[in-house]
Amino acid sequence: MDWTLIWVLATFGLYIGIALWARAGSTNDFYVAGHGVHPVVNGMATAADWMSAASFLSMAGLIAGMGYGGSVYLMGWTGGYVLLALLLAPFLREFGKFTVPDFVGDRYYSGTARVVAVICALFVSFTYIAGQMSGVGIAFSRFLGVDFNTGILFGMAIVFVYAVLGGMKGVTYTQVAQYVVLIFAYTVPAIFISLMLTSNPVPQLGFIGNLRGEDISMLQKLDETVKGLGFESYLSSTKTSFDIFCITAALMFGTAGLPHVIIRFFTVPRASDARLSAGWALVFIALLYTIAPAVGAFARHNIIASVNETTYVPAAGYAQGSQLVSEAGGTPSPAWFANWETTGLVAFDDRNGDGQMQIRGPAAPDGLENEVTINNDIYVLANPEIAQLPEWVIGLVVAGGLAAALSTAAGLLMVISSAISHDLCRRTFFKGMTDKTELRVARGAAAAAVIAAGFMGIYSADLAFVAQVVAFAFGLAAASLFPVILLGIFWKRMNREGAIASMLTGLIPTFAYIWYFKLGAGKAATSEDWFLGVSPEGIGFVVMTGSIVVGVAVSLVTRPPPQDIQDLVEDIRIPGSRRSHGIADSGMAPVD
Amino acid sequence: MADAPESSDRTPDRKGYWPEVIRLTLTLLAVWFLVSFGAGILLREFLDQFHIGGAPLGFWFAQNGSIYVFVALIFCYCAAMNRLEKKYRIED
Repeated sequence: MDWTLIWVLATFGLYIGIALWARAGSTNDFYVAGHGVHPVVNGMATAADWMSAASFLSMAGLIAGMGYGGSVYLMGWTGGYVLLALLLAPFLREFGKFTVPDFVGDRYYSGTARVVAVICALFVSFTYIAGQMSGVGIAFSRFLGVDFNTGILFGMAIVFVYAVLGGMKGVTYTQVAQYVVLIFAYTVPAIFISLMLTSNPVPQLGFIGNLRGEDISMLQKLDETVKGLGFESYLSSTKTSFDIFCITAALMFGTAGLPHVIIRFFTVPRASDARLSAGWALVFIALLYTIAPAVGAFARHNIIASVNETTYVPAAGYAQGSQLVSEAGGTPSPAWFANWETTGLVAFDDRNGDGQMQIRGPAAPDGLENEVTINNDIYVLANPEIAQLPEWVIGLVVAGGLAAALSTAAGLLMVISSAISHDLCRRTFFKGMTDKTELRVARGAAAAAVIAAGFMGIYSADLAFVAQVVAFAFGLAAASLFPVILLGIFWKRMNREGAIASMLTGLIPTFAYIWYFKLGAGKAATSEDWFLGVSPEGIGFVVMTGSIVVGVAVSLVTRPPPQDIQDLVEDIRIPGSRRSHGIADSGMAPVD
Repeated sequence: MADAPESSDRTPDRKGYWPEVIRLTLTLLAVWFLVSFGAGILLREFLDQFHIGGAPLGFWFAQNGSIYVFVALIFCYCAAMNRLEKKYRIED
């Protein structure tokens, strides 16, 4: 516990120090870090921005539980960067404005289109940020003995300092520090676990290697073990290929359409830096994402091997208890299980009253019931202990989880505050605002957004939609934002009417479908009731194809966009050729 | 950002550039589709009869292999785009 406190305080101090150093002096600094961020630095910041508390703490456990089925997250949350690099990032950078609704509003010469884009961006970002704030609260309450709400207040205070003072500039450099903290905290335990299980220090190689001292591959052994206990095979899934396809696609296109990811690429100097930066971002992300499936598989193997069929020893008096069990010829349950039991992340319920811990799947051949519940986060959190690493490593993992949550929260805050101060105030309601006033409004909006996000975190348990981040945020980003941006760049003929129709066709059905099956009357429905057998997580992709068709069809039957706009589209396709174009740039000149 | 000087040998060729960009983009996206949706999902069962180390090939593509290819694709794109920009005299 003490080590956790030291790490958390040290890293928080570091973030504040960076915030004081990187203050914003203009709206250009505040929204896009003055376009001065080096592509590699931006890649690192993007990786931290992107990898949330869920990626850091929960994803390995999620994959461990789902086996092959968990691949949707791995491919979905990395493949989107290829789309970003090839289809969006460099062109949006060449466009040279501050926000995603800026592009939609100016490219489609329409205040209505801008406001619809603002609504999409705000909904996606608030859903996402509430989960980050509650993650911060959970980390504080579980590991530092602080109340959940107080924990969120701490998190709010720290984000407040660097987001309000430094805007995108402060956020960028703290995200770089947060990336270093989180990747170190993730890889160190993974390397040791890999060594312990497979004798290979590289987790990605251990993943496909043999178990230490045995002639069977780790994955094969794991697959046999889980099947023997009555779980689904580790190497396949009961979901249909079509559903897996749709979920993966929704996550990929959603990733590419998420405003807090897109705006990171506005901070580099040139279009060519934007594509290079997307490559570096994926390198830094892949480091964690290729290790995660290994961590998940190792930990699942380890947990079954060290817990199943052992004699339960409670945390109180563990040393004596385990000795007694050993003396009687039994195997005591491991110490880490007792340690983590107090946090509530692991639990034992002796259903058959034999004092032994049975881990079983739904189809256990011996008919026994499962008695051990393990939270997804344990797979990452308990790793250092399972690998018998020193206590300071455990504290580091908690600091890593906080870094992941705070960096993502800060990125989302920038989207929320710029949507309000820039798109709603400066570009829609108070068009004559000076740069100085806008900067003040931007700081105010960031402060208000921090507070709103904190409250959403505090009440996240009552806000049912917050738990459906994956479905809502990615589905809506894929179906409503991705198509208009893509068509806005690659199809000159796409016009205002088409864009608004496309965004609304994306937004409304996706929202309704997810709401109905996740929160509404269809909650108890089975996969047979789903449209084409597509789960709510994958519907964003299906609706996206529809919203592209609608956007194209509506554009073709209405008037083509003005010549100014068509010239603008020509310009953003060619790096270095962006000039100002009347109608598109009358509200705001492009920034070089 | 500065416009290229008007001398004939330095003028950017924008008409030639864009179709090549589209061709490159579609080629790379085909690979993107093949390694993820192809190898990792649609062809997984077939590929799983082969192994890479101790992992079935389709499963490995879904959990690790596709990600390596994604990274490589973006850097290939950057290199190819830089070459195209030089060829068509486009200065960023």
